[in-house]
Amino acid sequence: MEHAATPAWALLAYLVSGVLFILALRGLSSPSTSQRGNRFGMIGMGIAVVTTLVTHLPNMMAAPEVPEVPYDFLLDLPGLGAILVAIAIGGSIGWLTARRIKMTDMPQLVAAFHSLVGMAAVLVGWAAYLNPEAFGIAVREVLTTDQLAKSYGALQIFPQSRIEMGLGIAIGAITFSGSVIAFLKLAGKMSGAPIMLPGRHVINLGTLAAIIGLTGYFTLDQSLWVIAAVTALSFLIGFLLIIPIGGADMPVVVSMLNSYSGWAAAAMGFTLHNTAMIITGALVGSSGAILSYIMCKAMNRSFISVIAGGFGVVAETGGEAKEQRPWKRGSAEDAAFLLGEAEQVIIIPGYGMAVAQAQHVLREMGDQLKARGVRVKYAIHPVAGRMPGHMNVLLAEAQVPYDDVFELEDINGEFAQTDVAFIIGANDVVNPAAKTDKSSPIYGMPVFDVEKAKSIMFIKRSMGGVGYAGVDNDVFYMDQTMMLLADAKKMVEDINKALSN
Amino acid sequence: MEPPTNMDFISILSIFVMACFVGYYVVWSVTPALHTPLMAVTNAISSVIIVGALIAAAAAGSASSKWLGLLAVVLASVNIFGGFAVTARMLAMYKKKDRPAPKPEGQ
Repeated sequence: MEHAATPAWALLAYLVSGVLFILALRGLSSPSTSQRGNRFGMIGMGIAVVTTLVTHLPNMMAAPEVPEVPYDFLLDLPGLGAILVAIAIGGSIGWLTARRIKMTDMPQLVAAFHSLVGMAAVLVGWAAYLNPEAFGIAVREVLTTDQLAKSYGALQIFPQSRIEMGLGIAIGAITFSGSVIAFLKLAGKMSGAPIMLPGRHVINLGTLAAIIGLTGYFTLDQSLWVIAAVTALSFLIGFLLIIPIGGADMPVVVSMLNSYSGWAAAAMGFTLHNTAMIITGALVGSSGAILSYIMCKAMNRSFISVIAGGFGVVAETGGEAKEQRPWKRGSAEDAAFLLGEAEQVIIIPGYGMAVAQAQHVLREMGDQLKARGVRVKYAIHPVAGRMPGHMNVLLAEAQVPYDDVFELEDINGEFAQTDVAFIIGANDVVNPAAKTDKSSPIYGMPVFDVEKAKSIMFIKRSMGGVGYAGVDNDVFYMDQTMMLLADAKKMVEDINKALSN
Repeated sequence: MEPPTNMDFISILSIFVMACFVGYYVVWSVTPALHTPLMAVTNAISSVIIVGALIAAAAAGSASSKWLGLLAVVLASVNIFGGFAVTARMLAMYKKKDRPAPKPEGQ
């Protein structure tokens, strides 16, 4: 039937779309090739969708009970119409959202999109369970094997397909509920602080074991309750896994859920024997895994400890400013004077810049300084912002040329030759405690060597708050540091005014 | 219909394993500045799961399966159009230094 008889051209088409997806990611190796890469991705998706529509035109005629009987094809026009309407509805929602979303809101948008992939995987898994013949993963039990009087019983889903289906549903459900929580936290609709349940490790491991056990049992018994239990427990564990993670660990969570959405697609690809889905699943799965690894490394945290959750809770009590130490407050005019006299300025943006929407005025400041012959560079820490690469997008949105923007390891050697390190909305990523204080929760995290710069400007709302890790920062109290206490956008605007006078 | 043979399974497993390696090397070559577009575009392409949704939506035999399929088509379409569109929007913002902005092409 459909599955066994997928025509060769369709198999080739799926392979082509898989290869186009690889090229789409390959294009991202440089901003200059990235737009072409994205178009390859769109073409690949178009090929996959059209191929599926053509090889699976909706049929009015259900498969007969007895497999050997040939059955007719009668195009189900309302069915085809419904599919096209479904694509149109989803497509317009997606397109409009993509057009309207603010760049600062990218992390929650990506989390929301992940949840949709997860849910789609669950739905497809259930659809395959309810109509396994359509997916070519079941065979009718032969009750009597007598040549003349063959009779058939219930549909039996292949055991191997049951495992693939169970895994697809489980990973999809975890992706869904995890992403919903991540979305709520990132969008500020739920406290970003980690929420700790007592005995959660035992609960989590128990739930995980139950899911694996039930998926195994599913191969022996294809009853509805088994797959329903797998689905329910997976929704639950996705929720439990993400609830205790918060704050600065969100980039890891978003990358991890990205990875899960890939593995869910791959598992469904195994069920359907579909090359495009398997290649894509593997690509997305490894992409998310690598991003999680990069984020963990940039925070010097092990993946396990992020998953275990609770970062920042202990520090809340222990991280208060140890003693009152003297610090210097500067005005916008002081800052403008020093910046104007500098030869090189390195700007270090953090999440606070995004919150204050200060990226545009910051770029104006950079332009003014450049006009005066100051070299202006931007330095971005891998975990700045709430998702990998978030700051780069915000700077690009503000029309900062991407060759002015540098990664941590590329620019860290330059602080000694820098006149002003300008820190806006960042904190933990410039904290020298990460290099010196073994007891600090952020010890070992690679940080910017701002203390080597001739002077440091630190824009901060007030002296009270601490960074996400909840640690006091020695940079505040250094001789060469000027604290600029104000809203980031307001302060940079004032500096701009002072510069243009 | 024949149950899948071991060879079927091994050949798709081979594709999967090879694709994991390709993914590993391709993703490491992505510049960190483009990590957010990377997540957005991987999001869009993982919605290739729409293939399964379309099969379910098109198949006769089970009304509930059909409806689940249609709903999955809607969700995956949100992701496909939204993911590619937002990626295109982001990528169009990345500009090089000291060059007049090139004419925006095809967006």
